[in-house]
Amino acid sequence: METLWFCLVAWMLTMYVVLDGFDLGAGAVHLLAARDEVGRRQILRSIGPVWDGNEVWLLAAGGTLYFAFPALYASSFSGFYLPLMIVLWLLILRGVAIEFRSHIRTPVWIPFWDVVFSGASALLAIFFGAALGNVVRGVPLDESGGFFLPLWTDWRPGPEPGILDWYTVLAGLSALAALTHHGALWVALKTEDPVSSRARGLAGLFWYAVLGLTLVLTGATFRVQPHIPARLEEQPLGYFFAVLALGGLLWSLVARRQGRHAPAFLGSCLYLAGMLGAAAFGLYPNVLPSNTNPALSLTIYNTATGAYGMRVALYWWIPGMALVLLYAWFTYRRFAGKVRLEEEGY
Amino acid sequence: MYGMESALGLHRFHFAFTITFHYVFAQFSMGLALLIFILKTLGLRTGREHYDRAARFWIRIFAITFAMGVVTGIPMEFQFGTNWSRFAKAAGGVIGQTLAMEGVFAFFLESTFVGLLLFGEKRLSRKAHWAVSLLLWLGTWLSAYFILATNAWMQHPVGYTIQPGGDLHLDSLWSLLLNPWLGWMFLHNQFGTVVTAGFVMASIGAFYLLTGKHVEYGRTFVRSGVIAAGIASILMLFPTGDMQVRNVARHQPVTLAAMEGLFETMEGAPIAILGQPDMEKMRLDNPLLVPRMLSFLTYRRWTAEVKGLDAFPRDQWPDQIPLLYYAYHIMVGLGTIFIAVSLVSFYKLRRGRLFESRRWLWVLLLMAPFPFIANTAGWMTAEMGRQPWLIYGVMRTSEGASFNVSSGNTLFTLIGFMGMYALLSILFLYLSYREIDHGPEPAARPNAD
Repeated sequence: METLWFCLVAWMLTMYVVLDGFDLGAGAVHLLAARDEVGRRQILRSIGPVWDGNEVWLLAAGGTLYFAFPALYASSFSGFYLPLMIVLWLLILRGVAIEFRSHIRTPVWIPFWDVVFSGASALLAIFFGAALGNVVRGVPLDESGGFFLPLWTDWRPGPEPGILDWYTVLAGLSALAALTHHGALWVALKTEDPVSSRARGLAGLFWYAVLGLTLVLTGATFRVQPHIPARLEEQPLGYFFAVLALGGLLWSLVARRQGRHAPAFLGSCLYLAGMLGAAAFGLYPNVLPSNTNPALSLTIYNTATGAYGMRVALYWWIPGMALVLLYAWFTYRRFAGKVRLEEEGY
Repeated sequence: MYGMESALGLHRFHFAFTITFHYVFAQFSMGLALLIFILKTLGLRTGREHYDRAARFWIRIFAITFAMGVVTGIPMEFQFGTNWSRFAKAAGGVIGQTLAMEGVFAFFLESTFVGLLLFGEKRLSRKAHWAVSLLLWLGTWLSAYFILATNAWMQHPVGYTIQPGGDLHLDSLWSLLLNPWLGWMFLHNQFGTVVTAGFVMASIGAFYLLTGKHVEYGRTFVRSGVIAAGIASILMLFPTGDMQVRNVARHQPVTLAAMEGLFETMEGAPIAILGQPDMEKMRLDNPLLVPRMLSFLTYRRWTAEVKGLDAFPRDQWPDQIPLLYYAYHIMVGLGTIFIAVSLVSFYKLRRGRLFESRRWLWVLLLMAPFPFIANTAGWMTAEMGRQPWLIYGVMRTSEGASFNVSSGNTLFTLIGFMGMYALLSILFLYLSYREIDHGPEPAARPNAD
């Protein structure tokens, strides 16, 4: 049962990264891909009806994590206090920028919110990558399962690491590259030229960054967290995720070169899912490893709630998720195709 | 111990500040969702474009409010873990269920249909757009149901077992969702949101009538606003408020004594209308009392005994008795004023004099901020009344905070939120004023987006 909920939470987080990932990435390329107001409105319109729903995946995944593994939720949220608060501020600024940008059409108001939107999106991508880096590297847990990390110490993943060290910064930059590539493909898919072709060009540029950083990050991860190569040796099934990630990345290259944006975007989705799946598979059954004493690591077994709670939650979680997928299908179908600005709403 | 005490105080204030600010927007958007649905229904039934335009105007205000509610709401779920990790670890297996259900059932519904409400009017048929407004209203109120189920469990814990390590495990989802505390609390709270939205609508209607702009819409807004707010105000007093107090009397008697300012146990206890709790002399200064009324209202008998603070050990008392007392009295006092204003407005509406009475329109214009104050005071009553407990009778507030997060870090993020929310307040007021100034006529909005 613990393993099932581990997989379900990992799946929800993957959905979050794949979905909110493209609107974060669209934010990151917002200033580069579109040079004029019409183009920028196309980009904003391409995420306008869906970004809020995409962000809900984070909340729903957080809530699910909260009830299934309360001790993990408590330990990680309080230990990562400062970066989480900064993430909250960035989410607030970004949400406000998207919603309020178009209320006033002046050359002061609009560029201001464009920069806020783009900057907050890029920083969020970096923070989410660094967060995953922290979980993979592990934290100095004490006997009660608590810890508190400063933002940085000596920038080394040693016994007293900070949120930011060379490894987590590398993870953050990899996330930025991956989500920028992902978002650029989304923009290419949803907008008209010239924005679409510029976004396609940016995706081509970032593709190399993604490939390079993925290889470097994988090497670094094997050094920083020996649990992961050990587990791969034990369970070669895990190579499936690596194949999925690399296959997706290659597919996205081939499809983009042929000018087929939808498969290129799907390839990028597979890449993200493969990378996150690999991370989850490599950590299991740990959910927050200790970097000093493996016996203190938080696992799915010492953080899970009672059996009744996990069982009864399936009765509402499964129909609930079916409804969510139905809404998503409905929304994406209703706003399918290229953005048409003349249809603007309220 | 002083350092820990002050970290605890900061964690409390951190949550209190962010939830109070969030609820300003959440209450307005929940009430407004119902009023928009009513306007859409009027539009569908009468076929008049007037109501659809009126709805469109409020949908624009709703969009701004909803965005504020969303961005200030995300920090709330995080703070259970960041600032209250001991509580999160112990109780997550229970209240994590309702919080996750809120995400899965309510947030997805809301985010889907708010997009369709804002962007979909031209793509959808009239009836489909009406249905979207219905679903959005249901989504916002469903969200409230789950979050109130969480709070009701903290007020009156049910359906759990205590494990050897001190963690709480759920043993009945139904008791959690059908907590006896929850029903009246939900209704009382939701009528509160309608009072807010109703009086704001009436206030803006009065503004249009007094300034002579958009007069036809002004009439619609004043009429719909006072009717909605009036009905909801009455339902807040009876039966929902009454039943809520009786729940408090049954399950949290020391809270009742504190919020009523009753220091001594007595038969035929009076109710205090005014007065200041004096915690040194243990009495109410300058009291204005209605004899025997508290006994009657609580137990329906004029001579029933009501327990005062003296009947309980000090470590069970709420730790902010004067503030709790004032919060409760402000809520009740404002609630009474809302009913009085509504009844006068109903009378003037029936006599057909409401729209011409400039003096009364001024009263309605100035009503707008007060429901926000009353709802906030009501929540302060509930939350300070629960003290010193975080989970009533099970876990004290002092045991629930994140001990690993120091006061300096908490103060840092508190100041950050204060700065951020000051900016948001200015943006909200400025953008709302612009929408109100443009008014509901499409021609008046060259910037339509």
